[in-house]
Amino acid sequence: MSAYFLEIEDLTVSFGGFKAIDGLNLYVDRDELRVVIGPNGAGKTTLLDLICGRTKATAGSIRFKAKELTSLPEHKIVRFGVGRKFQNPSIYENLTVFENLEISFPRGRGVLGALFFRRTQDVIDRVHEVAREIFLEDRLDEPAELLSHGQKQWLEIGMLLMQDPELLMLDEPVAGMSVAERKKTAELLKRICRNRSVIVIEHDMEFVKSIADKVTVMHQGKVLAEGPMDKVQADPRVIEVYLGH
Amino acid sequence: MEGISISEFGSILMMQGFNGLSVFSVLLLMALGLAIIFGQMGVINMAHGEFLTIGAYTTFVFSYLTQTYFPSLMSTYFLFAIVGAFIFAGLVGLLVEWLLIRHLYKRPLDSLLATWGLSLIMQQIFRSTFGAKEVSATLPDWLMGSWQPTDTIDIPLNGLFVMGLTIVLTCLVGLFMYRSRLGLKMRATTQNRVMAGAVGINTAMVDRMTFVLGCGIAGVAGAAFTTIGSTGPTSGSLYIVDAFLTVVFGGAQSLLGTLASAFTIAQTNSTLEFFMTGSMAKVITLLSIIAILMMRPEGLFSIKVRK
Amino acid sequence: MTISKGMQWSRAELASVLILAAVILIVLPLALDIFRLNLVGKYLTYAFVAVGLVLCWGYGGILSLGQGVFFGLGGYCIAMFLKLEASDPESTKIQSTPGIPDFMDWNQLTELPAFWVPFKSFTWALIAMLLVPGVLAAIVGFAMFKRRVGGVYFAIITQAIAAILTILIIGQQGYTGGVNGITDLRTLHGWDIRTDSAKYILYYVNAALLIGAVIGVRYILKSKLGKLLIALRDKEERVRFSGYDVASFKVFMFVLAALLSAIGGAMFTLQVGFMSPSFVGIVPSIEMVIFTAVGGRMSLVGAVYGSLLVNWAKTFFSESFPELWLLFMGGLFIAVVMYFPNGLAGIVDQFMKKRAAARAAAPTPPLVTEPVAPAVGALSPADATASPAPQPLADQQVRA
Repeated sequence: MSAYFLEIEDLTVSFGGFKAIDGLNLYVDRDELRVVIGPNGAGKTTLLDLICGRTKATAGSIRFKAKELTSLPEHKIVRFGVGRKFQNPSIYENLTVFENLEISFPRGRGVLGALFFRRTQDVIDRVHEVAREIFLEDRLDEPAELLSHGQKQWLEIGMLLMQDPELLMLDEPVAGMSVAERKKTAELLKRICRNRSVIVIEHDMEFVKSIADKVTVMHQGKVLAEGPMDKVQADPRVIEVYLGH
Repeated sequence: MEGISISEFGSILMMQGFNGLSVFSVLLLMALGLAIIFGQMGVINMAHGEFLTIGAYTTFVFSYLTQTYFPSLMSTYFLFAIVGAFIFAGLVGLLVEWLLIRHLYKRPLDSLLATWGLSLIMQQIFRSTFGAKEVSATLPDWLMGSWQPTDTIDIPLNGLFVMGLTIVLTCLVGLFMYRSRLGLKMRATTQNRVMAGAVGINTAMVDRMTFVLGCGIAGVAGAAFTTIGSTGPTSGSLYIVDAFLTVVFGGAQSLLGTLASAFTIAQTNSTLEFFMTGSMAKVITLLSIIAILMMRPEGLFSIKVRK
Repeated sequence: MTISKGMQWSRAELASVLILAAVILIVLPLALDIFRLNLVGKYLTYAFVAVGLVLCWGYGGILSLGQGVFFGLGGYCIAMFLKLEASDPESTKIQSTPGIPDFMDWNQLTELPAFWVPFKSFTWALIAMLLVPGVLAAIVGFAMFKRRVGGVYFAIITQAIAAILTILIIGQQGYTGGVNGITDLRTLHGWDIRTDSAKYILYYVNAALLIGAVIGVRYILKSKLGKLLIALRDKEERVRFSGYDVASFKVFMFVLAALLSAIGGAMFTLQVGFMSPSFVGIVPSIEMVIFTAVGGRMSLVGAVYGSLLVNWAKTFFSESFPELWLLFMGGLFIAVVMYFPNGLAGIVDQFMKKRAAARAAAPTPPLVTEPVAPAVGALSPADATASPAPQPLADQQVRA
């Protein structure tokens, strides 16, 4: 019954008695862009942590492409096709933009593989292709620390694209971006959700409206509401805990 | 070894246990200071053993001066020496904090290397001042002799005294940390330095006081140390690795953990010494600690928190 | 274009290694008598440890305070073989049990302990010299890094291991030679290692191996693996979530650093003619860190000069002002941490930058450019420029 690409069932994690995620169910389809919203402390980031293996679940299951992820180590989850962007842009400031992207190229991930990794034409082509996608093609040789905050966000998205993940999770991808950058990012996200699932955590409602197929509202570790944006926005419970404030 | 009865065996174990308690006392006092300083400032103080040595030499000087000039006070000097050791080690700590440590906050590895250098310098200063030969403080009469609850058990009074002193001091530190205003500020700074600063706590001053307190406790450990061994320039440095293992093994954030871990380490070592040579006992004790730490790196006591 | 920039050696990097090779292969042998050259050879064995620490500590952020353990294990493996060769029944016939090492006889051992027997074979001694330290490092590394233990915890635990091994060696003197170590080593397959010619040969072997080690580690740092090390220090989580098994990279670095130390230890035994616990414990291990720090923890070539300089200073002080040595050494630790985090390489780098800036400002170059002392001048500006400045060792990720 693996109807869905990603199936999360009865997921629970507790930190010293406090249930950050509490019996959560979530299903995401292929080619779907799902936005998760909710007040601070609702467990959104923890949910991503659980899917990518950064935090281990106390109970419940996470199945992706019909494979159970909860018992896998992080790097195996990544290799199985899950990519995750962190809340603060997480890039290698001491390397160039090119090198940042190159490290994310899914080859030579073992010790020996990395030692004998060669920068072949296919790597170079792929880096340029992704760099074009994230509007950074003319910045490739610069140290990443010189990028603006928004460009760093793009670079991290680009690093994920290098991996060509089938499940892409983005934690507040437009935080700190200008209006123009947000628009460009919205276009970028719409382009890249082909042939994969994308989960985005975001607070900016305008941005959410512009990209979401379907919205999940989380509250106190549970799903409060789910559906198309306008339906969710009209839900009185959602207004009560989140939108109304 | 042949033909000892069960009760004699029990007595030996018991006395061995008391031997362990003396080591336990010194380890605990050292580890308390280290743990407070590391928890508060992220500074690894490799020169902590030298503060113990300062305390020990201070006691020696007190004993020497008393013996020379006020022989009548010999029975009470030791109590003053303890206070003196605390104050003097604390003062040196104040100076060291101002000159060196405050530049090394939250740089544990750098602080480790720099304070190692400091320990070398301090050792050389001790050697130039007091000579390379070990010295001993003259103990007051009431610390000599032993207590014999039964015919076969013979517990030295100095060991009992050191233990009592350690218990009192540990309680004082606990009271200080959890009941006093400065203790509250210390805990606040440890938990959230930025926030503590924002609500008006002078975190630099709190750091300084923490370091001084830690060094002072090591000084008292040094005074205690003089009752169980003689003092040389490197006396304190012999304890530094054990003391750090005690802190790590106990789980760096927990006073109770430090206590339990100092007890476990000292008792294991001292019990093993009964069955094998001292060096093998030490090897097996240290190896067990490391093996346990490899399986449980967070130490004996720790709280699971959300990162 | 970025075709393969960054993976190849820059001219300055090449020059720094060539100058280093010239200094230790040509200049020093010509300038020094065999006694002093043998001393330099001894210092250069520490440089193996220092080069390993540049990889492991400078680039990998893993500070090991137990490198003496691996140095010692490598040295002991070779010393055991040499000792057995020196203890043939003929030359030990006055012992109560001829044919076993003298210290065993003194400790009332009557036959060779089982773990000594394989060391009759030189091949085994060579294998063991790498295998024993390598396996130990792998075990410690796996146990610690798989559980995300790093930073200070790792440093303290490696230090404890150094303490344990020292206590063990000193305590079990019948099996290890105790505090004196394994002494009175004479021949290697009949070749007398105490002669001047042997000392020359061993010096060159050592120097060549060291240059090889520098080139090898430089190759690693230039590869994608080297970039990953920088990435790891920057954002360990990001690397992990790019599909890398971070622990295995750390284990690799730690094992490699251990192997380099072991080679240094083996060459030490061959050149100096003995091995003892005083090269294993806490103090020698942390001194090896300071060799690295003085040279520059991000500079391979600098680490070699750092080992040479600090040890030269140590010899100088202990010959002339023994009581000042500890003060000097202590001051060195503090100064390097507080004022020269990049060591000599950093100083040279700054100097070169200033000179370049001055040159750019004044179009006519000065007639005479004061050459720096050859050793220091060779110190890789390249080394320092190629590598990012070490962060103020932001190793507070005690457990990441």
